[in-house]
Amino acid sequence: MDEHRDARGPEDAPEVPLDAAFFRRWLTAAAATVEEEADRLTELDSAIGDADHGANMRRGLTAVVSAVEEERPPTPGAVLVLAGRTLVSTVGGASGPLYGTLLRRTGKALDDAPEVGLARLAGALRTGVDAVGQLGGATAGDKTMLDALLPALDALDEGLDAAARAAEKGAGDTVPMRARKGRASYLGERSIGHQDPGATSSALLFAALARTARAGAADGEGGTP
Amino acid sequence: MKQLINVPERVVPDALRGMAAAHPELSVDVERRIVVRRDAPVAGKVALVSGGGSGHEPLHGGFVGPGMLDAACPGEVFTSPVPDQMARAAAAVDSGAGVLFVVKNYTGDVLNFDMAAELAEDEGVRVAKVLVQDDVAVTDSTFTAGRRGTGGTLFVEKIAGAAAAEGVPLERVESVARRVADACRSFGVALTACTTPAKGGPTFDLPPGELELGIGIHGEPGRERRPMMTSGEIADATVDALLADDPPRGPVLALVNGMGGTPLLELYGFNAEVQRALGERGVAVPRTLVGNYVTSLDMAGCSVTLCQVDEELLRWWDAPVATPALRWGR
Repeated sequence: MDEHRDARGPEDAPEVPLDAAFFRRWLTAAAATVEEEADRLTELDSAIGDADHGANMRRGLTAVVSAVEEERPPTPGAVLVLAGRTLVSTVGGASGPLYGTLLRRTGKALDDAPEVGLARLAGALRTGVDAVGQLGGATAGDKTMLDALLPALDALDEGLDAAARAAEKGAGDTVPMRARKGRASYLGERSIGHQDPGATSSALLFAALARTARAGAADGEGGTP
Repeated sequence: MKQLINVPERVVPDALRGMAAAHPELSVDVERRIVVRRDAPVAGKVALVSGGGSGHEPLHGGFVGPGMLDAACPGEVFTSPVPDQMARAAAAVDSGAGVLFVVKNYTGDVLNFDMAAELAEDEGVRVAKVLVQDDVAVTDSTFTAGRRGTGGTLFVEKIAGAAAAEGVPLERVESVARRVADACRSFGVALTACTTPAKGGPTFDLPPGELELGIGIHGEPGRERRPMMTSGEIADATVDALLADDPPRGPVLALVNGMGGTPLLELYGFNAEVQRALGERGVAVPRTLVGNYVTSLDMAGCSVTLCQVDEELLRWWDAPVATPALRWGR
């Protein structure tokens, strides 16, 4: 981990050590956020997709929470790999393989470190996000989840809050874009003016990540299961 | 919106329970969501496996049986199934002769079937894939995820299924399937939006006096909206779109397909106009199928698929088939 220290951002970025329990808490928080926002995701999806993104993400994350609570994988990497595999096996559609790949590849890149810092997480997430781009054949500006993930990655060395804000802004920035990937692409010009549901759910995951870190910091909690 | 459902989360397993009760000739795994012909694996025969989102019934479960599919994997409503389902189905129906995956061109279906093929190959099952991409409404495919797979799926499953039933080996079944997929063109029209159980209301707003031309099968709006037209005008617009894309070089099979909410009375009337339009343009139609085959829940509207055939493909089309939704011969 030490070799990444220099890559760390400004002094005020909190270097919280993130362990397996943290990532479990994050996934639980993500599931709760998606549960709360499921109707909004579905509403966004009904404008340019097929009106099921909320239901699909809810189903997947509910399964993820049970899987990681039951198996309690020992490392952050193992938690994310299990979460990714569970998403692939439960969500279906494009979101299943894409979010599943994001988490699985990020987890694999974390290897078996018992705790990870922000810089290491950023490096691993970069691997995961690249894999998503490759699998979906999409790039920035295609009006997909990448439009939230890429800005979040770029902001990550300023901390998780900054990443969450960047993801949120990235999701909002998809409104004027014309979709070139996924089902929304069939609408062509008519996809313009609607926020992308995948970018929105990505922003929700980052918001949950930042909230989980803040809660952990407030509790002075490092790794209680 | 009034619907015959218990809870939205259970519509797919509930439907599969009912399907199992109605069709003892099928083996239905309700929880894992796999529909398999009961006598599978059939020794020496290449197996056909398809799947996709639910909401398009009878596609695909209704096409499982001798002469067509060996297994189908229904996903959630309008959501592709997961790789585990397809890999499990492949293992269940493989006789050692290999498995052909029939995949409609949607991002989710393609990604999940690709993952499933890897899983199945890890288990020692030989897998080939054919992609159905017949929807001519998608014109600028460099800027989209490519042409959608719609009604052409039925022709691919029926004709490749007949070839497999004859004992043709995997590589040849795959090439027959690809020939059929290449020979199919479809175009759809929506008179209303559909209602997904998760949303409980129409997926888009379509005023009573308007229709959507060039729709897909997921309630997504089409490529253009116009004031309501007569059945004959819709037939002309549809046939023109199909023939402009692929001028016919011989006879075609025609599928006049209901989207789920249009009665047969209207579909037959529409078919009369489609046959007239094709006849006026000099296209011979040796066989026509009319009915609800590749639906979009309760959407009102229709699609037309034309499949150019030679004598060999026509013979396989006419070969016996015994599935819940398609049944003839023997």
